[in-house]
Amino acid sequence: MLDQDLLAEEKEIAEDIRTQLVHFGKSRGDLIPILQMIQEKHAYLPPSAIQLVAEHLDLAPSEVYGVATFYNQFRFHPPGKNPIKVCLGTACHVCGGDIILENFERKLEIREGETSPDLEFSLDRVACVGCCALAPVAIVKDTLHGHMAPSKVEGLILQIDMQRKKMEKEAKDPDHADE
Amino acid sequence: MPTNNDMPNQRLGELQDKAQRCKSLIDDAPGPKIQIGLASCGIAAGALETKAAFEEALTEYGVEASIRTVGCIGHCYAEPVVIIDHPDSGFPPIFYPEVTPGKARMLVNQFLLKNDPRFEHILGAMVENEMVPSVWDFSRFNQEQRIVTEKCGYIDPENMYDYIAMDGYSALVSALSMSAEAIISEIKTASLRGRGGAGFPTGKKWELTKAAPGAGKIVICNADEGDPGAYMDRTIIESNPHQLIEGMIICALAIGADKGYVYIRAEYPLAVQIITRAIDQSREAGLLGEDILGSGTRFDIEVFQGSGAFVCGEETALIRSIEGYRGMPRHRPPFPVHRGLWNRPTVINNVKTLASIPPIITRGADWFRSIGTTDSPGTAIFSVVGDVTHPGLVEIPMGVTLRSLIFDICGGIPDKKEFKAVQIGGPSGGCLPADFLDTPIDFDSLTDAGAMMGSGGMVVMDEDTCMVDIARYFLDFTQNESCGKCTFCRIGTRHLRDTLERLTKGEGSAGDDTLIQTLSEDIRNGSLCGLGKTAPNPVLTSLKYFPEEYQAHIDKKQCPGKVCRTLIAYYIDLDKCARGCDACVGCCPTEAVFTTKNRKKGIDLQLCVKCGECQVACPPDYDAVVRISPPELAPVVERAEKKA
Repeated sequence: MLDQDLLAEEKEIAEDIRTQLVHFGKSRGDLIPILQMIQEKHAYLPPSAIQLVAEHLDLAPSEVYGVATFYNQFRFHPPGKNPIKVCLGTACHVCGGDIILENFERKLEIREGETSPDLEFSLDRVACVGCCALAPVAIVKDTLHGHMAPSKVEGLILQIDMQRKKMEKEAKDPDHADE
Repeated sequence: MPTNNDMPNQRLGELQDKAQRCKSLIDDAPGPKIQIGLASCGIAAGALETKAAFEEALTEYGVEASIRTVGCIGHCYAEPVVIIDHPDSGFPPIFYPEVTPGKARMLVNQFLLKNDPRFEHILGAMVENEMVPSVWDFSRFNQEQRIVTEKCGYIDPENMYDYIAMDGYSALVSALSMSAEAIISEIKTASLRGRGGAGFPTGKKWELTKAAPGAGKIVICNADEGDPGAYMDRTIIESNPHQLIEGMIICALAIGADKGYVYIRAEYPLAVQIITRAIDQSREAGLLGEDILGSGTRFDIEVFQGSGAFVCGEETALIRSIEGYRGMPRHRPPFPVHRGLWNRPTVINNVKTLASIPPIITRGADWFRSIGTTDSPGTAIFSVVGDVTHPGLVEIPMGVTLRSLIFDICGGIPDKKEFKAVQIGGPSGGCLPADFLDTPIDFDSLTDAGAMMGSGGMVVMDEDTCMVDIARYFLDFTQNESCGKCTFCRIGTRHLRDTLERLTKGEGSAGDDTLIQTLSEDIRNGSLCGLGKTAPNPVLTSLKYFPEEYQAHIDKKQCPGKVCRTLIAYYIDLDKCARGCDACVGCCPTEAVFTTKNRKKGIDLQLCVKCGECQVACPPDYDAVVRISPPELAPVVERAEKKA
């Protein structure tokens, strides 16, 4: 079921990339801007994207993949609905950023770089977000949380879970009414 | 060759007129003026919520006031920062730190409505006066000397006319009337050295590029600020992008370039957005494009987003990245000044270097040389973070000592702890102990001490830091970021990291310190670019200045800083623990804390993950949680038998 959803989604992404590619040139220098555009619009680079970009620039797919894997910015599987990034810059490290990351790993039962099986959460480490005065720092979706502590990790996840349950309930309620 | 010397003057005059009109619109607006810092760090600290609270409160109380957003003033410890100018109250403009939404509502009610500035919330007044102590009485303010960040935090980065109203782009007009040789000679006389870390003379670099044969020369601004712990380039771009653009145009005039790139980290979305908009504004105003201010000179700038590879801060790797390849450095020579981007002569300068150009052109090389030291004139910008009372961005004249930067300007170590070391220059720099606190900050003194200026990240560490762990942390970073071209960097850093990791886990063996030393030297000698050459610096300096810590890890399996988690344990001092207090039980993420028979607490060392949360939670009156190394020293408390 999940796989089929994913395949359908990838198909959609491929369609969109085809329409976007016409706005880009075909020189080698366009490669990274194209990959960035796809990553920004779709949050990851599915295999079909690599193939399409390679065809557009007349390069081998391995060449495109080689460049994409070189840079930390690109990911090759979809992130969770609630992407979590834990900063492990120097200031965050000194203030215990690794303990925060470990707590997320324990609570979410996934490792750094992974997405939870229900696609709700993904967990990544980042090198420095430049908010060192607020260390240790974690970013959930687009919101930055400063002065993190292990107990705050639990609170954050609980908050997201509660919000989701609330939304699910609201989505379900009309059905109940129909029954 | 300038075709018409009067034209740029006249065109800038028109822009200045418009800027003055914009400024007087703001100045003459009725009611008090509220100024909020909205750079990334301010937003992270909640400045957007603060702004919304002000807007709401103004409507609710029916107060007429204008809100103005500016960039970052550099005082990160005080974010969100708000400056309120309420002339009718009789008070001067006042700096308020840590303005939460609640505080914002209170200030509207008390200060704007009832003229009570609420002294308990004030940091200081922005000008000398007789009612409120001025911020300029604090060393955090008065010991700084701002050249590059002078206007940061005082102008709206999204409004070009704010910059022009403060004399912006006048250096460009001066430069347009100068010959290329005269510009280069001015920069050479100023002895400006590249602020990216290595300190290469900027004037020399420009001269070489100008002299290089080949058309279509290029200026690249290196804003790929990858050092963890350094964020001054981001702040400059987010707070005053036009000073950078102006510097780039002047550089283009000097070397005869018609194309410029700003290579900026994609991880800085706000900075990317601001610089892109600023370039568009400059182009619309005729400051960029086919005919700069009617002088007949052509130059334009494009933004290129870096994709998160630390090695791309190295100039040849950066060039490869723009060309669409993996960002791997290549042999130099040929240097980029001869064969750079698309094989054209290219100048690559750091953000701070380029932003230093307009003040030098306006005020002259002699003025610049009067600041700082003879060999390193000008100022240095540091992001001082870690265990200091007042972290943030600081711009100081070169030659100030580390002691006065850390203790006078940034307020020293908090919580009455001891200073242990300062890490300067990020993964390429070194850790300096207390003996070096009187070292003056300049390119050469820091290099002599074994650290380096680097990009300006400075992490202060107190007694609770483990130097072996810090060395391991930096090696882990450089190992991850090694591009893989050179064997010693690719494999050597991995070995070094693994060896350090063994030490932090208490698995070190005799001779490991010698192994670390020789391996570090080999990596330094066997690597092509700066990343590999400097990667062992954090290890070599910490080994040199803190050998006893390495020995403790190897011989005694003990971590003196009590950081390495395999080598420590937490226990609860039963004499201090209070009956009935459950603070540590509630906060433990793994339920390792249990209640003993006499209702005191114990820690199950099997379950404990050593996060330290219980130590934070334990009320200061009891202070019963103890961290100890090696872990065998922790007394074992038996868990009470469960009742049947």
